[in-house]
Amino acid sequence: MATPCKYDWPAPEKRKLIGKRIKRIDGGMKSSGQAKYSFDINRPGMLFAKVVRCPYAHAKITSVDTSEAEKMPGVKAVRVIQGPGKEIQWEGDEIAAVAATSEEAAEDAARKIKVAYEQMPFLVKEEDLSGASGFTKPAVTEKAGDPDGAFQGSDVVISEGYYGIPVITHCCLETHGQVAEWTDPENLKVWASTQGVSAIGGQFAEGMKISPNNVNIICNYVGGGFGSKFAADRWGLACAGLSKDAEGKAVKLMLERNAELLVAGARPSAYAKVKVGAKKDGTLVAWQSESWGTGGVGGSGVPPIPYVFHDKFPNRARTHTFVSTNIGPSRAWRAPNHPQAALITMSAFEDLAAKLNMDPIEFLMKNADLAPNAVLAKTYREELTKAAELADWKKNWHPRGDKTSGHIKRGMGVSMHTWGGAPHNGKCQVTIQPDGSVEVKTGSQDLGTGTRTVINIVVAETLGLPLEAVKVMIGDSHYPPDGPSGGSTTVGGVSGHTRRGSVNARDALFAVVAPSLGSKPEDLEAVDGHVRVKGNATKSLTWKQACAKLGVKPVVAEGEQARNSPCKLNDSGVGGVQIADVSVDTETGIVKMNRIIAVQDCGLIIDMKTAESQVYGALIMGVSYALYEEKIMDHQTGRMLNPNMEFYKLATIADVGDFTVHMMTGPGYDERGVIGLGEPPVISPGAAISNAVANAIGVRVPTLPLTPDKVLAALEKA
Amino acid sequence: MKGKKAKPQKMKAEKLALTRRDFLRGAGVAVSGGMLVGGQTLAQAAPAPDTDILGPGSVPITLKINGAAHQLSVEPRVTLLDALRNQLDITGAKRVCDRGTCGACTMIVDGKAIYACSMLAIEAQGHNITTIESFSHGDHLDPVMSAFWDNDAQQCGFCTPGFMMACKEFVTKHPHAKLEEVNEGLSGNICRCGTYHGLKQAALDASKGARSAKA
Repeated sequence: MATPCKYDWPAPEKRKLIGKRIKRIDGGMKSSGQAKYSFDINRPGMLFAKVVRCPYAHAKITSVDTSEAEKMPGVKAVRVIQGPGKEIQWEGDEIAAVAATSEEAAEDAARKIKVAYEQMPFLVKEEDLSGASGFTKPAVTEKAGDPDGAFQGSDVVISEGYYGIPVITHCCLETHGQVAEWTDPENLKVWASTQGVSAIGGQFAEGMKISPNNVNIICNYVGGGFGSKFAADRWGLACAGLSKDAEGKAVKLMLERNAELLVAGARPSAYAKVKVGAKKDGTLVAWQSESWGTGGVGGSGVPPIPYVFHDKFPNRARTHTFVSTNIGPSRAWRAPNHPQAALITMSAFEDLAAKLNMDPIEFLMKNADLAPNAVLAKTYREELTKAAELADWKKNWHPRGDKTSGHIKRGMGVSMHTWGGAPHNGKCQVTIQPDGSVEVKTGSQDLGTGTRTVINIVVAETLGLPLEAVKVMIGDSHYPPDGPSGGSTTVGGVSGHTRRGSVNARDALFAVVAPSLGSKPEDLEAVDGHVRVKGNATKSLTWKQACAKLGVKPVVAEGEQARNSPCKLNDSGVGGVQIADVSVDTETGIVKMNRIIAVQDCGLIIDMKTAESQVYGALIMGVSYALYEEKIMDHQTGRMLNPNMEFYKLATIADVGDFTVHMMTGPGYDERGVIGLGEPPVISPGAAISNAVANAIGVRVPTLPLTPDKVLAALEKA
Repeated sequence: MKGKKAKPQKMKAEKLALTRRDFLRGAGVAVSGGMLVGGQTLAQAAPAPDTDILGPGSVPITLKINGAAHQLSVEPRVTLLDALRNQLDITGAKRVCDRGTCGACTMIVDGKAIYACSMLAIEAQGHNITTIESFSHGDHLDPVMSAFWDNDAQQCGFCTPGFMMACKEFVTKHPHAKLEEVNEGLSGNICRCGTYHGLKQAALDASKGARSAKA
């Protein structure tokens, strides 16, 4: 039992706001179109920038001629980003940029920039590893126990399969980019579309050779990031450079849609040949896999397989190979490496369960103790039970292959996942003014997860005030630094430091107010808009009266969240179970989503409404990558065939089916403290949907996306 | 092509019912840099000698936006969306796919929801253009917006104004909307964060609200 600490979360019975269903506080700004994104910033005399991009997958630049462009009407600055001699490794890489008085003038001028290339050999397809010789590099070789021996056990049933998931893109709706303006020759201000308000200033400073003190990053709203917006990026520095060249005038450089899909983010692929064995009762005994994937020309992450059970899996051997391709650079994509690992592992487990004639939920339940620790093992058992109940699994599930007549086959599949979700480090400042107004500032950002709302809830709860009494200020690098929003670290991060900051502010107020209540600071409490003596409602001041005692001196308190700071406000390590229910038309190959059931834990939930929205959103993104998404490359030209939103398919409202989301709360969960939620629910949909399709049609469609052609091919082969 | 056929820039509003595609066919070289439109296509689409030609330079136009007349000067290739965003600082409508796929730029023109990335600013003259900005006044939110807010039909919020506008038109046409109609009616817009679950309920609630408001 940890010793009580003054920052601890209020006891369950005392919580007025935490854990309730609260509308996001910036929802009105967003739904009314008043929210200003970086793409929406218009500055006086602002210039527009356009980028010239390499049309080849692999080439050496031999010359760049900007002379004609410089003479075009309206042109104020031209910059070569990568010049002669430079080797370009993917289509769409930046060569030069031009800033002009209008978008049209910039476009016309960009077309006048002449670039000559020497084309070089390329590789843009990696699913067939035999075609990638010379481009591969061993990444991981692992062995534990005696897999060969274990596979030979007399009562061991073995399943072998091939599974894969291609490169997909982030396709943020607000493309990457920024407006950059030199407010004077020494100071740069950047309205950036970023996941790291407090982080990218240093990169601009380094690139522009100025002090980080002279860079101000602003981002009030960001139109999607999903892991792809952590850097200043080459185009960001080009934008700041163009502004400098144009006497500091603001320059807007937002990527075109095609560039967004070509260069601004991709999730690495993963393919695997798997052999997995279990005893007849379902006890897993052996795993062997050869996997590979590409993250572009550099390396990529390694999917942690066998997933969830990796560390405790008794007998396992695996290799993973990087394939270096010219498919474009990878970036972190929501839960890096995990969706791939889930698809490979949970498909293999499901195929094995089918071979054992076993219900896959019973199979996972049987092996739950292979989870990394006892807490997670218990969590999985509870979540599998809950998900089965919500899906009415016993009634609706059938063994592999829907035996009913007709060409519409229905099936259900299950998957489970895990993620860390520890908080990032960060700071905030909480100010209480003598007139009672309260303000909290932190250099964080809201990706749509509800950062502002979470901060508001924590500060209001701590000070015993209504939500409206607190002003939340984020999105400015002049505020106390907060960590970037990635890896499910933000809600844990900001709830931790704003809890600390508001407790510190409250205690400073109590110290001033205590004498006038004839009490000691430690005997006061702030509840229902009052500061009062605990257990004595007669000794009470309204919030305003209490703050008036500050005289002319506001309370300014800091809160800091550091990973090793005392008091247990956070934890890490969550589970999560999902069940997909699909119908497959065996004549057309079309997969229709009926429903996904998601059961998810994330410790103490600050706002139930936005937490559930994270899960709904993750499931919907999951439907997209399970059924539609792929960065389709042409092996003849090395170019992407679908760098647009007609042919890079995302699910629409009509495609996603219904959802049931259940958050695990209460004893066993709440006391763990806050854990991040952005990543975990996006991990399992691909695997659960693939398993549901296999359950419906009786055969495995080996790779995502589960497009009609692949479904028909699998049926044909069966 | 630029400049060669340019006559004095004269307006004939009644002849401006061009679609973006018609326009691109006619003036394609200037826009797409000789990528696709060959001489033959151009020759076929060459305007008759008595036709007034706009551009390629800027032409003065008047747009009626949210009831107010705005005078601006645009090149004929400029879309309605870009004219509003870049010249008038009306930025609620977003540029996302820029080719009529995702609906983030949805505006209402003469009562009909349109993709503003696929209409030229010059085409929009003489029409009533309604943008999302017309539906909020200070703290007062339109009932459809309130339905969005209540149902958390937004995450990053970048697609939200487009969905709001599509939904606004949808509920006027479907005061008794069923879920299937919502799915059909709002499938011309795309969200990346995955707000469709909240959007469905928001559209159903907004439809109900529109019904009771009429009653």
